[in-house]
Formats: sequence, structure tokens, C-alpha cells
Amino acid sequence: MSNTKKTYWKGIPQLKNDPQFVQHADKEFVDLGVQEDPGHSRRDFLKMMGFSVAAASLAACEAPIRKAIPYINKPLDADPGIPNYYASTYTQGGNYCSIVVKVRDGRPIKVDGNSLSKITLGGTNAQVEASVLSLYDNYRSRGPKAGEKATEWESIDKEIIAKLNDISSKGGQIRIVSNSILSPSTKAVLEKFKAKYPTTKVVQYDPVSNYGIVKANLESFGAAIVPSYDFSKAKVIVSIGADFLGTWISPIEFAKQFAVNRQINEDQREMSRLYSFESNLSLTGANADYRAMIKPSQEGTVVAQLYNILSGNDSKSEIANLTKAAAELKANQGASLVVSGSNDKNVQIVVNAINNLLGNYGSTILTNAPVNFRQGNDEEMSAFIAEAKAGNVGGVIFYNCNPVYDHPQGEILAESLSKISLTVSTSATPDETASLSGYQTPDHHYLESWGDAEPKLNSFSLSQPAISPLFKTRQAQESFLTWAGESTTEYFTFLKEYWMTRFYNSGSGVSFQNFWDKCLYDGVFEIPTTAQPLTFSGNVSAALAGLSAAKSGGQFELSIYESVGIGNGAQANNPLLQELPDPITKATWDHYVTISQKDANALGIDNDAEGRTQLVTITANGKSVKVPALVQPGQAPGTLGIAVGYGRTKVGKVGENIGVNVYPLVTAAGDSLSYSALDVKIEKTDEAFQIAQTQIHQTYMGRHNVIQESVLSEFKKDPYAGREMPKITKWDEKVDASTLSLWKGHDYNNHHWGMAIDMNSCTGCAACIVACNVENNVALVGKQEVINRREMHWLRIDRYYSNPAGTDADDLQGLEKVAENPEVVFQPMLCQHCNNAPCETVCPVAATTHSSEGLNQMTYNRCIGTRYCANNCPYKVRRFNWFKYHDNQQFYQANPAMNTDLGRMVLNPDVTVRSRGVMEKCSFCVQRIQSGKLNAKKERRTLKDGEVVTACQAACATGAIVFGDLNNPESRLSQLLKVDHFKEVEKDGKVEKVINYGIDKKIGNPRAYRVLEEIGVKPNIFYLTKIRNKDKATENV
Amino acid sequence: MHATSSIRETLITGGKTVRDVSEDISRQVEAKPTRLWWIAFGISLILFIYGLYCFVLLLWEGIGIWGLNKTVGWAWDITNFVWWVGIGHAGTLISAILLLFRQKWRMSINRAAEAMTIFAVICAASFPLAHMGRLWLGFYWALPLPNTFGSLWVNFNSPLLWDVFAISTYFTVSLVFWYMGLIPDFAVIRDRAVRMGHKTRATIYNALSFGWDGAAKTWMRYESVALILAGLSTPLVLSVHTIVSFDFATSVVPGWHTTIFPPYFVAGAIFSGFAMVLTLLLVTRKVFKLEDYITIYHIELMNIVIIITGSIVGIAYITEFFVAWYGQVPAEFYAFYNRATGPYWWAYWSMMTCNVISPQLFWFKKLRTNIVATFILSIIVNIGMWFERFVIIVTSIHRDYLPSSWSMFYPTKYDVGEYIFTFGLFFTAFFLFAKFFPVINMAEVKSIIKSSSEKKH
Repeated sequence: MSNTKKTYWKGIPQLKNDPQFVQHADKEFVDLGVQEDPGHSRRDFLKMMGFSVAAASLAACEAPIRKAIPYINKPLDADPGIPNYYASTYTQGGNYCSIVVKVRDGRPIKVDGNSLSKITLGGTNAQVEASVLSLYDNYRSRGPKAGEKATEWESIDKEIIAKLNDISSKGGQIRIVSNSILSPSTKAVLEKFKAKYPTTKVVQYDPVSNYGIVKANLESFGAAIVPSYDFSKAKVIVSIGADFLGTWISPIEFAKQFAVNRQINEDQREMSRLYSFESNLSLTGANADYRAMIKPSQEGTVVAQLYNILSGNDSKSEIANLTKAAAELKANQGASLVVSGSNDKNVQIVVNAINNLLGNYGSTILTNAPVNFRQGNDEEMSAFIAEAKAGNVGGVIFYNCNPVYDHPQGEILAESLSKISLTVSTSATPDETASLSGYQTPDHHYLESWGDAEPKLNSFSLSQPAISPLFKTRQAQESFLTWAGESTTEYFTFLKEYWMTRFYNSGSGVSFQNFWDKCLYDGVFEIPTTAQPLTFSGNVSAALAGLSAAKSGGQFELSIYESVGIGNGAQANNPLLQELPDPITKATWDHYVTISQKDANALGIDNDAEGRTQLVTITANGKSVKVPALVQPGQAPGTLGIAVGYGRTKVGKVGENIGVNVYPLVTAAGDSLSYSALDVKIEKTDEAFQIAQTQIHQTYMGRHNVIQESVLSEFKKDPYAGREMPKITKWDEKVDASTLSLWKGHDYNNHHWGMAIDMNSCTGCAACIVACNVENNVALVGKQEVINRREMHWLRIDRYYSNPAGTDADDLQGLEKVAENPEVVFQPMLCQHCNNAPCETVCPVAATTHSSEGLNQMTYNRCIGTRYCANNCPYKVRRFNWFKYHDNQQFYQANPAMNTDLGRMVLNPDVTVRSRGVMEKCSFCVQRIQSGKLNAKKERRTLKDGEVVTACQAACATGAIVFGDLNNPESRLSQLLKVDHFKEVEKDGKVEKVINYGIDKKIGNPRAYRVLEEIGVKPNIFYLTKIRNKDKATENV
Repeated sequence: MHATSSIRETLITGGKTVRDVSEDISRQVEAKPTRLWWIAFGISLILFIYGLYCFVLLLWEGIGIWGLNKTVGWAWDITNFVWWVGIGHAGTLISAILLLFRQKWRMSINRAAEAMTIFAVICAASFPLAHMGRLWLGFYWALPLPNTFGSLWVNFNSPLLWDVFAISTYFTVSLVFWYMGLIPDFAVIRDRAVRMGHKTRATIYNALSFGWDGAAKTWMRYESVALILAGLSTPLVLSVHTIVSFDFATSVVPGWHTTIFPPYFVAGAIFSGFAMVLTLLLVTRKVFKLEDYITIYHIELMNIVIIITGSIVGIAYITEFFVAWYGQVPAEFYAFYNRATGPYWWAYWSMMTCNVISPQLFWFKKLRTNIVATFILSIIVNIGMWFERFVIIVTSIHRDYLPSSWSMFYPTKYDVGEYIFTFGLFFTAFFLFAKFFPVINMAEVKSIIKSSSEKKH
């Protein structure tokens, strides 16, 4: 059978059993053995070509090379990424603050207050906070210069010494001109200099002088001093044009003291009362309980009448509030305080007499602890300028001052400098004075310097360098030592020796090194005062006669003031201060004259809501300036207000030619300079101008869900006074707005961050804004972008004025109007970290999300910039990067911190510099929270309250901002808000108390409210009601 | 008792035969473009190129070249977006809803209306893209794509994401629907090209018609697909603008947070869409001499739709005010008070005049059958609808909760430029369409002309 099976051949080779066939029989396709070139197919060729082209073009794109170079020898205590803190001292133009400098990787990046100081008590202000950026100012001098020529220190020293010797040998006069010198060791250095060149005289002056007080005290007490004041002991304060919360003498200290009596709660229902009599609406006036508008020429009248009422010579005054103030002063003898910002000796003598009458010396005014901030002597300075003009000065050294710019006779001085054979300036920048001086021997920035200070009698303060000098500069004291022939002595050694001989008590059992280290570590040192209070022996009647003889003013009077941001103009090149909205006018980058609405109408000045206005020409004391007019509610009719500090011509790109210099408008009145002009002409021009303001709507439109305020008399009756408890109507009942929600809420099992802001303690000083800018690398955008309403500030202070009395709450147009002399309320506004955040739900890419600790967090690198979150934010705190603000020539002037190599050193490495097109906002300083948590974790413990402090809180001198953990019953925040940490839960028919980790913790403080409570977003920031110390609420809405 | 209905007016006049229809419509495609077309196209192209420059500059410099600010985060961008999306709605309504309701008068206008929809949606989509701070990332991060970013995905709570879905779905369905309808007409042009020996054109239109064979079975399938797509598009007419309105309605901004928005937006969309269809068709009709296909009767019917939707919109405006007063929520009340009397009062009253008062003129038959009056009013309505979106968006956010942040919005030339960009894009595309595609649906129109046997000789 098998034979019957057919066999099919695949072909002849199979039949033949060809061996080559057999070998391949199992393969379907026979490889015929004809090999093609196995090397490269066409596809391979294309692949390779594609790869090479791609590789070649990629290689052509040069990747930036970034080098990280490790320390070869790591300095002690310098760990990459870990900040060090050094105590130091800020002194500038008669201002003082004890500080702690944060140094990251060798660069100072932040200045905080030093809480060990008994003077500033850890407070700072805007100028102190901003000063860290001045260290990295591109305009700083790079090294010594003889004329226009850069030179070396050795040669310049030789030339200067030769000239000094020459002058001295010929008996020529040598002058050292300076702002108030606080440093005792510097004074010792200058003594050495004097010893070498005996014709030397030190002339001290201050850009904003308080010589009237000095002079008055000389006549009243026989001592040329400025006393210390203690506002914390005063129950009634009367300020006659003294902006002690903003700029007067020692504002940080005074704000701290003032706040003590302004913090009230259910148990403490008393607070101090502040009366203000002033022409410009100052920060102090804005915080006053009763404010009256007076003309500068009336200052004398006010103090005279006050004195007369108090001494019983008179019973009442026609000036608003004055009779009432007098009565209350009388009722609070020894616990009251009258201060005046006048620089007129006679006014100050009467003020002294009033305080003496009230028994305030020894309690609220301490003559035995005089302050050294303002030792400036107007008479000596004027005499010096006269000498210079007459050509009687052989040599002058300008130390720590800029009189060509900031002295009223600066112009005369500038012309006279050519008559002086040796002119030296130690200014750190080629400013107006330095650029006219023959030699520029630039000083270090204060953050590069050693130094000490004696702000108050027997209170001392040390400075230490936080960075080695950036440029070839030399500390001025060292220059003086060199010129005095002590070239071998370093100032540091000198300082240490000075402290050893003066303060070190070898019997104390501590080595000097330990004593020194301790002082340096603390930054402050005190020795007990033995000085006795002085007794008043002034001639009041002479002073009163002087006051009544004073000229009355013309149609317009001008009051010249220091602005909170720019101050005396020394830091005019600091964009942080230029872009800082003025607490009152909210203007940035601009100089203006404030005028009342009434006068503006009469002159035909139209200053609209967008800040558009006209330039006006102001003529005072024979000098004219042209500035834009800004209509200011609260400006006394018939008066104008203008700030010094602007119009600098040699200050650097940022601040140059903004506004005009009004120091020349200051005149000598008697012995001292007068900061008011009594007969001023104002003329409107047709030139248009637009002022860049960050807030263009002035009232809160009667919205009590935003601002809740009341008066003390109401508060005493009911601590819930002024509170508005919004209700929501359901179909059957009205319920509390906070009880209804679509959302499930959150449980924060670890921390629950929150904040309380006391609108009663907040003075609106704006230090927090600058602190926030520096801490969080917030971009500065310049004037045009502020006009475009695009400032980037994460934290702003909303300032609202009250409506005219009798405004109807339903009159929506009337609510936009501002009272002539309005009440002012400040409300710091930042991301509210809502628990039901409206921004979070609308982001399409989940770039803004909720953290497990209650933070609303922003993920920059996820953001695609739809801005929906900003639109949906009821608080309008989100800020969009409209442009690339870093590495962009367009913002070079406004934002050097992100656009220059030098400026970039100030950036906080812990915070991302945001790129174009992303949204940003307050993070509750999440970098500080993280580092606090890490530290706690490393030490295996829980985070303690107070370990994490936000930048705004740290900067707040009055303690208005309290940040903390709402879950922690011990935290200051919990205690302030009286948080109930438990909730009742029904379990098996029983009601049980359990810990509440949720978002709805009950807040027990009757003053605490959330802004816009009724919309249910449940912020983690609570505001405490504003309580004014008034007898009854004004009829204002 | 029996009812008699009057004889309806003929939809196509001039005694057109099937051959006439093919001839009249295809002629536009086959002939050389006219001088008028070149001029119109040229202007559109110039606008487009200028707009493109503004667009590129926006990408280069940043959103800052617009007039937006910290308070007003959206203005012209989203106004234009909603405006264009609204315009698109008429096309879908005409082609889908009227198809389902067997409104045969739609047949001569649906092609152009659908083309308008497609181009309007493209223009609309350009704004959400352009307004993003980081378009280069945003255009794909806003899509729920699988990625390697770990847990990062889109946020389904966000109305903007709903927009992404709504617009993309709408665009896709509209495009398919439109193209479907074009296939038999492309085949007509192809067949004519074959006959005329025009090889290139035959190849191109053959490809465009996907080799349509005109068999009965093909026609049957065509009809069913058209019906299915009409069914799919119908809810889109309502849903797309509803979802667009959610961008505002779900927010907390007074003046945005309003439950009336969805129906009010849909009515407004149809209102503006019909006005735009009229504007375009009156021009097309004139330029391409299509008076017999797009008759006064068509125009009148569309004008009636405008009266109805205009009145709905008007009632919605009044209702909003009533509720703002009746609700007694201060911020809400202020938002509406501010609309009518605040700094943007002129925008509000322009809107009221254009949208509420002017369409009421169409109650007069003389006006609604008058070409010139219709043309003017159709433009007025679209101006009014632009202001409606501007009023809703800008006047609500420029003064919301905290008076400290109140500010004004001033447009820059780039805000305008971006708007010009979409006009350039729209008209360039529309003129290209009008030249190269049959502007009237020949296949459908052929079904409603009287057959030659009915014709009087």
C-alpha cells in the first residue's frame, strides 16, 4: 500500500537529492547564496544621516555652562544653603534701627529687626527693610577717585595727607561735615583726627532737622538734648504736626510704644486717645482718634492756646477739638504727652512748658535718656556754609552726608566748594556732594562695615560686616585714622580697644573676648543710667510772646514733610522704596504737592481717579518748583504739602530726576530751619501729568463685610460692636453665612496655618510690604506698569477714607465721595488662604491647590496663565507676570534686583523668580514654614509656636500681624482668636467632645471677622475690628 | 370640517431647473475669480497678516501688551471668544435643528452658515489660546493627556476645562457635518470638470468628494449619516454656549454668578449667529448673484428668529436687574447698578439699544423684508452682542468686592489687533470657501425646486 502514495517533488533538485538542496530543505525560501552588500541599506543611510544632522544641530545649540564651585577651605559656620544671622545696626541720616542680617551663602539678603534692642524692640520700617538692596546698588562707587580719575588708596591718601598738612600748617580751617554721628568710637576717631589737625571742627547737621527741640531744651533745661519719649505710658497724646508714627525722630520705637495702648480685647477695654492737629494728612493723623486741620502758621497758636487753657489763663479755644483735648490732658496728668513737629524753638519751649505743667517729665518724657539721632546743629551748619562762601575754609571732609542736595543752602555750598582747596567726600556713591568734591574716598555700605552706635544715652549697639566689601571701598573711620597718621591701626582693632577701655569691666570675671562676642552676638549693650531727670526752667512768657509776634500766613501755606518711603532722599535710588505706595496717597514713583479738594476746585485743578492731574508752579521763599498736584482729603484748606527726598540729580538710574528738590524751599527761621513756608504762591499750568497710584478708589462704599469698625464707647458696652454677622436666607429661616457650604471642607491633621490682623494696631506704615518684596523676590515693575494697574505686591495695604457726614448708605454715588477731613482705616490685604478657595476650583490645570495644612499654594511651573483664578479671587490678591520681569532690559531701571548681576545677589534663593505668564501670590512664606518644619524634624520634636514667622509679621513694629497654627492651642494666634479646638460630635446617642481639625473652628474673639464672610470662601485670615477711641461714632457711614 | 393650509411660497424663485442649479452654483467655483473677489480677499488677507503680527508680538512680549491689569484679568480676549462662539451657533442651528424640524427653507443657506460656524469656532478658539500666559505649555496641558508628571492631570472642576471639551467637540462635529454635506456637491463639480476636460480640477474634486458615485445606496447612507449628525449637533447648540456661560456662572464674581446665564447665553448666541449669517449671505447673494436661491422669504424668516431671540435676551437683561434688586445682596446689586450708571454706562446702553430696541423694528414687515434695513440691523445686532459680552465680563470684574482694587480697563492697539486677526482669519477663510467650495448645497436645493414637469411654459 505504501507504494501507492504519490510523492510530489518540489522540483528536480529534490528528485535528484541534490546535496545543496538537502542542506536547505527545511527552509521555505531558499537562500541562493547570492549575498548582497550587507553593509548599509538605504534606510540605514537615511537613519544615520538624520541622526548626524540632528546631533550636529543639537551640538550647535550651546548649553549654558553653570559652574558650582565648592569651597576649597570652607569658612567656619558658612554652610551652603543654610542662612546665618548677624546682629548689626542701621543708622542713616539721623535714623536708627537695631537689626539682624540674614546672610545666605555669603550674601546679605534680608534685614530683620533685633528683638534684643530695648529701643526698637525688633521693629523695622520700610527704609530699614529696603536698605539691603542699596548694598547691591549699581551706582555705588567702585573705588577712590581723585577728581574724575580712578586711583589707588595709597596715592589718594598721600595727596590728602599732604594737603591736610599744608592747610593745617598754614592755620587753615578744616571742617568735617556729617549727619548726626551716633557712634562713640567714630567720635573718638575724629578726636584723633582733630589732635593731628587742630584747626578741625566737626559740624553735624541732619537733612530733616530737630534743632528747634534741641534749642528749646537748652533753654528749658540747660541741656542741648532731644529727650526720649514713652508713648506707651500716655493715655492721651496730642500731636501738633509731629508724625511720630511715620517719620518723627524715632518712628519705629514710637510705633511700638503707641501700639501697646491700642490693643484691646474684652478684658482690656481701655485704649489711649490720640489727638492730631496738622495740615498734611500724615500717618499719625490717619491713626488719630480726633484730627483737626490747621495751617502751619497755626501751630504756634495751638500750643499757645493749649498752654493757656491748661494754665487756666483761658477756658476754651476756637480750634476744633482743642478744648476737649486740653480737658483730657488735664485729667490724665503724668499719663499724657504733647509733641510738636515744629522746628521753632518758641513752639517747643511752650510744648515743654505744657508737658511740665502736666507732669509728663519723668513718665512719658525722659530727659535723662536723651537720644542721639538728631544732634544736628542748624546754626553751626549755616555758619560753615557762610565760611565756605567767604572762602575761609581750607579743607572739608563730607562724611556720611550729602549737603549739596539736602541742605537748604546746598546750592551756595556747591558754588563755594571750588574755593576750598581740599574737598573730600566719603559718600558710598558719587552723589551730588561727592561728585563736586576733589576726592572721593567711598565708604563701605553699612552692611560691609564695623561700627557702633549710641542711639540713646548709655544704650549701645554694634555693627558688624555681613559681607566682605564688594568694591574697593574703605570704611570712613579707617580713612580718618589713616589721614590722622594712624595708618597701621585698623578701625576694627580701634573699635575693639575702644570698647575694651570704655565698657569692659575686668572685674566681672568674663574675658574681654567673651564680653565682646556676647555684645556682637546680641548687637546691643546697655549700661545703667545714673543721669538725673532735669527740671524745667524755661521762659514761657518770652516764648509765648515770640509766638504771638510770629507772622500770620498768606493765602497758601506750605508744609514740607518727609515721606514714609523715600524719607530724606538718601535711599532714593532704591526701587523698593520708589515703588512702595505712600501709605496715605498710594502714589508710587512720583513727587507731588498735596492740595485740598476745595483749593483744587478754586484753582481749576482736575485730579481724576486715574491720577491724571496738572502740574502747578509753587513759589516759596523766592524759589519756584513745578510739580503735579494731588488732591488729598484731610489736607487743611489753604495749605499745601510737599515731600523732601525727591529731585535727586546724582543718585543712579532708579531715582534720578524723579520730582524736584524742595530742600531749597526750607528756610532759616531764627536759629533753626523751618519746614513750612507761610506765604506761598501756587499757579496752575496746563501741563498734564499722571501720578501712578496703586489704589484709585478711596472709600469702602459702606461695605461692612470688608471693613468692620466701631468706637470705644460702643466697644465698652459690647465687644461685638461694629461686627456684621451676615445671614443667608434659606426657604424657612435665616442662618449664619458660614454654616452653609457646598464643599466638604478639609481636615488638617497636622498644622492649620492662619493669621490675625489687628486693624487697630496697624498704623499702615508699609514696612510689611517691603519685607514681603525682599523675602519673596517680588518683581518691581516701574511707573508705567503701576499706571497700568499691574504692581506685583503680594501684600498691599488698603487705605479707605470715610464719607462726608450724613451720607446715606443707599446712595451709591454719594458713597464714592470722601469727607473733607476723613477718618482713615488701613487694611493689610494679602492672599486669604481660603479654605474653600475659589481660585482652586477654576484652574484648568490644577496649578493652584490646597495643602494639607490649609495653605492655598501656587505651583508656578504648572501654571499656564489663564488668569481665571485672579478674576475669581474676591480679594484680588493674585498677581500675574504680564511681562518677563527678570533679565529684561525693559525693566532694568525699575527692577535692578532681577536685571543686574549685582542686584541679583539680593534674591532669596529659597524663592523662585517667577517667569513670564504665570500667576503668583502670597504663600504665607511657605519657605519659612518648610525650614521651620525641617529644623523641628531634625531635632525630632514638634514645631513650636513662634518658630515660623512670616516676613510681614517680622517687620510689623506694632505686632498687628500674628501668624500661627490654629491647631495648636498654645499658639499666640489661637489665644488671640480664642479658638475653640473642640467640636461636639454625636456618637451612639451621646454627645462627645472631639478635637476639631477641620476648617470650622469656633472663633471666640468678638472682634475677629473674616472679610466677605457671606460668600463662604472661609479664609484663614481673620481681621480684628477697628475701634476708634471716640466718644461717639461720627455720622459717617 | 377640514383645514386648508395656504400654499407656501416657493423657496427658490426664477424657475430654476436642476441643470440651472448645478450651473449657477458651480460656475462660481469654475470661473476665474472676479475683481470684486480679489479686492475683498485682498483686504481680508491684509487684516489677517496685520493681526498675525499682533499675535506673534503677543507671544513674544507677553500678555502685558494688552490692556489687562490686576483687577481685570479678562477683557477683549474672552469677549471676542464668547462673541465668535455665539456667532457659530447659527450655523449649527440652521443645519441641525432646522433639518430635524424639516424646515426646507434652510437648504439654500445652510452651507454658508455651516462654513461660518467652522471659521467662527476657529476664530473663537484662537482667544483662549492667545490669552494664556504660557500658550506653549497650556495648549496641551489643558488636555487630559496621559503623562509622566505623576499625579498631575487636568482639574475637572474647572469650567475652562469644560470649555476645552465643549469647543473641541463642537468643532469636530460641525466640521464633519459640513464636510459630509459637501461631498455630493464636490462630485458635481468633478463630473462637470470631467465633462469639460479639466483634468486637474477633476482629480482634486474627486479626492475631495471621496470618489462619490451617486448610487442610490450611497445617497441612502448619506441621508442617514446626515440625520445622525444632525441629532448629535442638536444638543451641542444648547450645550456649548451653556458651558461657555459656566465660565461666568460658576464663579463668585458679582454679575457673573448668575443662574440665568445658560438659557440667556444660548438665546444670545442664536441671536448674534443669525445676524452674522444675514450679514454674510446678503453680501454673498449680491456678489455671486444668488438672488433666486436666497430670497426675501429666507431673509424674512431669519429676521423673525432675530426678533424672538432678541426679545428673550432683552427679558434676560431685565430679569437680571430684577433679581439683583430682589436678592438684596449689596455686591450683586452694585454690580448691576454700576453697569447701568458706572464708568462703563455707555457700553451698557449701547448693548441695550443694539440688542433690545433695534431688533424690535423687525415687527414691521416692510423693514424685515428690506435688504438694506436687514443688513444694517444685522450689523447693529452683532455690535450689541459684542457689547453684551464686554459688559458682562469687564463691568463685573472692574468693580467687584473690595473697592481698593477697583480699576478701569483701557484696550491697547494689540487688543484691537487680536480682534482684527480673527476678522482677517474669518474673512480670508470665508472668501476662500466661497471661491473654491459650492456656497449653496446643490444636492439639497435640487430637492426643493419644482420639477420641469410642473413648470409653466
